[in-house]
Amino acid sequence: MDRRKFTRFHIEVSVQPSLASVIFFSLLAIILAFACGGIIFLFYHISPWVGYQTFFQGALGSWYAFSETLKRTIPLLLVGEGLALAFRAQVLNIGAEGQILLGAVAATWVALFSGLPPFLLLPVMFLLGFLSGAGWALIPAFLKTRFAVNEVLSTLMLNYVASNLVLYLIGGPWKGKGVRGFTYTDTFPEAAWLKTMGITRVPYFTLLVGIVIAVGGYFFLKKSALGFELRVVGSSPETAKLLGINEEKIVFLAMLLSGGLSGFAGVGEVAGIHHLLRHPDHISLGYGYTAIIVAWLARANPLATILTSFLFGALLSGGDALRVSLGIPFQVVSVFNGLILFFLISTEHLSRYRIIWGDTKVVENYDS
Amino acid sequence: MLEEKNRWEEKPVEVAFNSITKRFPPDILANNQVSFEVKKGTVHALLGENGAGKTTLMNILYGLLLPDEGEIIIRGKPTKISSPREAINLGIGMVHQHFKLIPTHTVSENIVLGLTSTPFFFPAEKAEFEIKSLSEKYGLKIDPRARVWQLSAGEKQKVEILKALYRRANILILDEPTSVLTPQEAEELFATLRAMKEEGKTCIFITHKLNEVKEIADVVTVMRKGKVVSTTLSSQVSLEELARMTVGKEVISVVPRKITSDKTILQLQEVSAMGDRDFPALLNISLTVRKGEIVGVAGIAGNGQKELAEVIVGLRPVTKGHIFLEDREITNLLPRDIASSGVAYIPEDRHLGLVGEMSVAENLLLRGYSQPPFSQGFWVDWEKAEAYSEKLISNYQISPPLSDIPVRILSGGNRQRVVIARELERKPKLVIASNPTAGLDVSGVEAIHKLLIKAQEEGAGILLISGDLDELLKLSNRIVIMFRGEIVGEKEKEHWTEEDRREIGLRMGGVKR
Amino acid sequence: MILELILGTLNRALAYGTPLLLATLGEICVERAGVLNLGVEGMMMLGAFSSFVVAYVTSNPWLGILGGAIAGGLFSLIHAFSSITLRANQTVSGLALTMLGTGIAETLGRNWEGKVLSSPIKPFSEDFLSLFPPGVRTLFRDSNLLVVGSIILALVLWFFLFKTKPGLSLRSCGENPAACDALGINVWKVRYMAVFGGGVMAGLGGAYIAVAYRPAWSSGMTQGMGWLAVALTIFSFWNPLYAPLGAYLFGALFHLAFRLQVFVAPEILNSLPYLFPVVALVFVSRLAFRKKIGVPGSLGKPYERGEWE
Repeated sequence: MDRRKFTRFHIEVSVQPSLASVIFFSLLAIILAFACGGIIFLFYHISPWVGYQTFFQGALGSWYAFSETLKRTIPLLLVGEGLALAFRAQVLNIGAEGQILLGAVAATWVALFSGLPPFLLLPVMFLLGFLSGAGWALIPAFLKTRFAVNEVLSTLMLNYVASNLVLYLIGGPWKGKGVRGFTYTDTFPEAAWLKTMGITRVPYFTLLVGIVIAVGGYFFLKKSALGFELRVVGSSPETAKLLGINEEKIVFLAMLLSGGLSGFAGVGEVAGIHHLLRHPDHISLGYGYTAIIVAWLARANPLATILTSFLFGALLSGGDALRVSLGIPFQVVSVFNGLILFFLISTEHLSRYRIIWGDTKVVENYDS
Repeated sequence: MLEEKNRWEEKPVEVAFNSITKRFPPDILANNQVSFEVKKGTVHALLGENGAGKTTLMNILYGLLLPDEGEIIIRGKPTKISSPREAINLGIGMVHQHFKLIPTHTVSENIVLGLTSTPFFFPAEKAEFEIKSLSEKYGLKIDPRARVWQLSAGEKQKVEILKALYRRANILILDEPTSVLTPQEAEELFATLRAMKEEGKTCIFITHKLNEVKEIADVVTVMRKGKVVSTTLSSQVSLEELARMTVGKEVISVVPRKITSDKTILQLQEVSAMGDRDFPALLNISLTVRKGEIVGVAGIAGNGQKELAEVIVGLRPVTKGHIFLEDREITNLLPRDIASSGVAYIPEDRHLGLVGEMSVAENLLLRGYSQPPFSQGFWVDWEKAEAYSEKLISNYQISPPLSDIPVRILSGGNRQRVVIARELERKPKLVIASNPTAGLDVSGVEAIHKLLIKAQEEGAGILLISGDLDELLKLSNRIVIMFRGEIVGEKEKEHWTEEDRREIGLRMGGVKR
Repeated sequence: MILELILGTLNRALAYGTPLLLATLGEICVERAGVLNLGVEGMMMLGAFSSFVVAYVTSNPWLGILGGAIAGGLFSLIHAFSSITLRANQTVSGLALTMLGTGIAETLGRNWEGKVLSSPIKPFSEDFLSLFPPGVRTLFRDSNLLVVGSIILALVLWFFLFKTKPGLSLRSCGENPAACDALGINVWKVRYMAVFGGGVMAGLGGAYIAVAYRPAWSSGMTQGMGWLAVALTIFSFWNPLYAPLGAYLFGALFHLAFRLQVFVAPEILNSLPYLFPVVALVFVSRLAFRKKIGVPGSLGKPYERGEWE
């Protein structure tokens, strides 16, 4: 008499989700988000089919669309890989938006007011931009390590401050001489412009830097002693404390790198695309927030941000096409961002499950 | 004797387990066809090692887990218990090993929590009268308005029992209740259990201590590896038989080695420190550990042992006094500097010593990643690290022998081996081991003990903090007893006797001679 | 004269602090149950938008308020589902909620941009106020039923949390969900209800802005108040009785920043409301988190039954 039921399969919780299941669930999240987001089109009396067609045309439908996507990929890549490093250390820097603006402000000062010789302009712009973004991010790092202030709140609040700072500068002391009623600065001298690829508006310097840093960041995390410490702090702060790893140093490093790269991206935007300082909403199309998802989707792996930033670059230019062709506000991108993020974190647990066919084994040692 | 057996058989069956099977995917069989009966008005012991499946079975009875197969019959009725609330409605109460109390709440808030009959307004205040009368009836003295975090472990347990009694529990499950108690507190608990038996209530008593079975239980069910070995009247079975049934194999015991040197490795001079709640946790502790000596620290959990380990390894500031390692003062140095001057630390909480998400190789490198030979500066030489971890995995028999799997999928015993391999491989002068065998099965415990003895033979001084007095008596050359942050006794012996055991037990409970 | 000035400032503080107070009370309720919801800004935005649309279409501001509350509550259930049922990262889920809420409100709100409510909720009438002494009259000049209602709500929430049975269950789920589960409390249900309640209150806060405080629709009208509410929750040590103090303090600061525009550039003054909470957090965070005053024991940690890891 065999009273035991024979199990045909069981669900296994695997510890490391396989790459295939990570990719499957990431794609699933994006598809589900688009399916839900389609409802928005109905409010504008547009068939979702037409909506998505316009969207994909605008994102990848032509060489021009592709270059527009690439243009938006660059800041997302730079910011996203910085955030990937920060997230690995469990430092939730939500202030990239403000750090981008600080980089742009520093670059504008160098380009318009520093009086440096032309050949020095660009190098100093990038250097100072990096430092300004980093400096802006070090404020929350200091508050977190010294006063236990939650970095999500402090970085976020500083975004509003940075935005107001730019508004003040472009409407007041830095207001351009020939712009009359508008609020932006004078155009930069051409020596402060980044070269772009052919007739496109894609500056290749920042793209190249982005890719190099993605690779470098990957090896930094995987192979260096400092990267090792960063990962220990991120996955188990208590163990880090026990081993005597300086957690404050790691928080500062994570903020410095993510803030610095955001500032760098900000320089890229004003030097490569706008050539002047203008309304904050135009300098950054919410790159700082979108990059959070870029890093999250890449599972905080700097190398994978190359792929995910491109994906979201396409989302942003698709959103722009919706605005231009169909009159749907650009904020629709925010809806997609939110939905993708939701589905992404919701399926994260699922990607650990695997269906195993066959019978269960008996193991003798079991700590109950 | 026969008469007793008949009396037992005549009693009505309160709970019957019928072929209960429970699996944890992927391949752990926690309960395998478990069947036995618990009679009304008895104390029924459930005896077995860690991992025998006792707690899993009781979690099933309490509705925390659902069995994969089999059924539970309560007072003759097959019952599906799918939540603790249903269990409570059936008159089942459970005192968990780790108390499920809310420290910031008061005693009465904890007791009325979750009860359907509680009034809507002022739920805690209105219950105080009944709590007081219950505590007098069963000898569970406690102030209903006290905040739980202010209570001792024994008092917390009383709150847990009151919680069950307040819910009119007829069946009370106690999961290793004496592990947090002094021998004297355990006596009080047994008195409460006897009073409950008088009232016709049934107690299921999970334990791995044989003498407790003989002392309090009417019936004992022995479990091993998820299966029931036997169910008998406890008066009809000898200690030796019980031991044989629980373990299933001979236990190799280790005898403490003689000390070979008089050289002092660790010296604490009048050390004081604060606890987590800004309350003095250590008071003028003076202590020495010599080369090649195992010094055991006995005490009920929460009397300053954790803080003692932490001040030595540099995780907790010393407010007064000095700590010396050999001739060098290490008071309030950084944890890393203390570690690199030759102090190994095996923390009580294994989550502390390891990074679960990281691989075995990376965990083995947590001490050495930034120093030669593994690193000359910025980069880590992962090939060397890999070879090193392969070596340690085979030397310390870590299983499965893979260096690239995340450490959190290892069993508890193997995780502990990873910590010990990493700490002892540095050839430390001093080892601080805090409950190194907690939660491990017999073979795991034996392996850890052998590794500690090997370190002792190689000349390390070892400070062994343990809540398990038997472990200390087995390994220590010298035992100090801690009570409320102070050292209240010290004994040095080559062979420990039952008399020593009793005396240390008394001192652990704060009783002085 | 000086008393008059103080009362005048407090009057504005009451008017401006009310949405903050409502959202803060909501977040206290959620966090006391152990769930961190950083989506307050999104819920407020959606509440504001829904209430405006309902009030505009029906010409009944109170229906608008109801609509905002329901919208906030329903919207918060997304966060409840992902963080309670699916045990997703609560910080990120909250961020997603904010992105989604502001995104939806601003995308759908485009067609309503600049429209003005013809029948907003009005401050107390002169006739009603004349029943009270002059000081009270100045103090509540710009207040309405919602302002007074939110103060009462703070008291009721305190009594609910600390002196009633469901309040005890809610706080316990925030401290030790495993213990509650073992006692037969449905942790998931309690947390869902807390999150829903928090969403309703955040929605009410948004609705107050759109239907009473500034009865016209413009995108971004909550101005990051949701984030201020999250900071205020810490600032009030998770106690509803302290929440009005914080909310009205910020309300007063907003008002003073407005008054100072004659002397200082408005952009700089507009930054101040975001700098104040950071400064405030500097003073209280250490106290709250290091000394564990009021911080719910398992805040932000998802609960899973029978974890044997």
